[in-house]
Amino acid sequence: MIETHALGKRYGDFTAVDGITFKVEPGQVLGFLGPNGAGKSTTMKMIAGFLAPTSGSAKVCGFDVEQQSLDAKRLVGYLPEGAPSYGEMTVRQFLDFIADMRGVPAAVRDKRLDDAIGRLNLEGVLEQPIDTLSKGFKRRVGLAQAIVHDPRVLILDEPTDGLDPNQKHEVRTLINAMSREKTIIVSTHMLEEVHAVCNRAIIIARGRVLADATPAELEARSRYHQAVSLTAVNVNAAREALARVADVATIEVDAQDSRITAFPKPGRQIFAAVNEALQAQNIVVRELALEGGRLDEVFRTITQGVAVKEAQA
Amino acid sequence: MSAILTVFKRELRSYFATPVAYVFIVIFLVLSSAFTFYLGNFYERGQADLMPFFNFHPWLYLFLVPAVSMRLWSEERKSGTIELLLTLPITMWQAVVGKFLAAWAFIGIALALTFPLWLTVNYLGDPDNGVIVASYLGSWLMAGAFLAIGSCISASTRNQVVAFILTVVTCFVLVMAGFPLVLDGFRAWAPQGLVDAIAGLSFLTHFVSISKGVIDLRDLLYFALMIGFWLYASAIVIDLKKAD
Repeated sequence: MIETHALGKRYGDFTAVDGITFKVEPGQVLGFLGPNGAGKSTTMKMIAGFLAPTSGSAKVCGFDVEQQSLDAKRLVGYLPEGAPSYGEMTVRQFLDFIADMRGVPAAVRDKRLDDAIGRLNLEGVLEQPIDTLSKGFKRRVGLAQAIVHDPRVLILDEPTDGLDPNQKHEVRTLINAMSREKTIIVSTHMLEEVHAVCNRAIIIARGRVLADATPAELEARSRYHQAVSLTAVNVNAAREALARVADVATIEVDAQDSRITAFPKPGRQIFAAVNEALQAQNIVVRELALEGGRLDEVFRTITQGVAVKEAQA
Repeated sequence: MSAILTVFKRELRSYFATPVAYVFIVIFLVLSSAFTFYLGNFYERGQADLMPFFNFHPWLYLFLVPAVSMRLWSEERKSGTIELLLTLPITMWQAVVGKFLAAWAFIGIALALTFPLWLTVNYLGDPDNGVIVASYLGSWLMAGAFLAIGSCISASTRNQVVAFILTVVTCFVLVMAGFPLVLDGFRAWAPQGLVDAIAGLSFLTHFVSISKGVIDLRDLLYFALMIGFWLYASAIVIDLKKAD
């Protein structure tokens, strides 16, 4: 479990993190979203025990990260931003070193190491110096060192950055597989990742929490939530038919691919009505889809809304 | 304790994983022998001791020890591994001491590899081996003090070249602290007590008395305090600077 209370970090006049409060329970995967410089990494560094907070507190499984830092650190597996590791060591030497430092008991040591190596598919590169590995492998070595002691809490700063789509998929599967009994925080730029691994998302900008909800709830805030989009052979006819549907608020036509999107009035559902209207008029539709909502749009609205408000203030 | 040992082993092994260790050891051995035979007139003196060898150690260390210490912390900061290291369950103190001891042991190995000189002098004559042991000890202690200074300066920058130059300058001032070159800068304005205190900080004075075979507790204490102080300062500097 991770608990922060009004956690803050200031550097002189600059406030990197401005009173963040949240709680993550075991079994939850919390996604940290936010623009660059929003304070995501700083928050994670404070929970992992690298930086000392200047205000507020953070607790890992009940241990305060400042007062009981060794107890807290023991329970955390941490992948720092950029997945740093000692480049001159081989993968095996490096993981051995981490296992020693983490005090992995001798009885389970081999099992844990094999497990971490197996989960990240590192068997083929065990004897290679880390410096000679590709970016994707380095990131996987970083993940392996974070899980080698089977921690109760995982803090992963951009775990899929620099990976190809297949590797991203593997890492997401890994996080999902571990999520049942662990508490996990993942920071990311990639919004599709939120869907793939997180059951809760926090959006941070300028050091403050702007939204804290499930990915589905965030999507529901989107303008596109419950909108219907379609491509028709006769664009104008389709457009006119849609305009006559009672609950449709606005209609937009994409200038490039002529895709028509009909937005519902707040709180209404229009899919069935649109479908009926199109059939009644015999309009040939190539494709028809109900939009769930677009996270990237919600993300932009939320994070840029703050910027605009602050600029005005 | 085991955390210090683990850091120590990893660090010491990393010296030998790259050519750095071998280059350093070869240069140290070549230079120390060259100084001994050519500048120190080892043969011409006709005395069975290693004074010509040890006399040059402060000057040798002045450039070689900063070359070892410059990477201690600045490399960790540059590559970001400092974040990895300090989020493992160890205290700052264990990390600082573990890394320092590895570097110190490494210099100890280089120093121990000069043993052929000791064999030579025993072959040629009948030296006072007690004095030689004391000199080795003093030399190693002095190297430790140089290293601790380097550790602190290395912690303050992520640029190894800057760390090297600043360490050389700082060590030079401390080596020369008992000489007019440094003292004249203070005599003009500082009270005599302060000037004496600065003169008392000189590496050379303390090293020379140990290398004569006089093991004075004050000299040992001086180097021990020097190491302790600079390592303590390292821990503080790392803590202050790790955020940027």
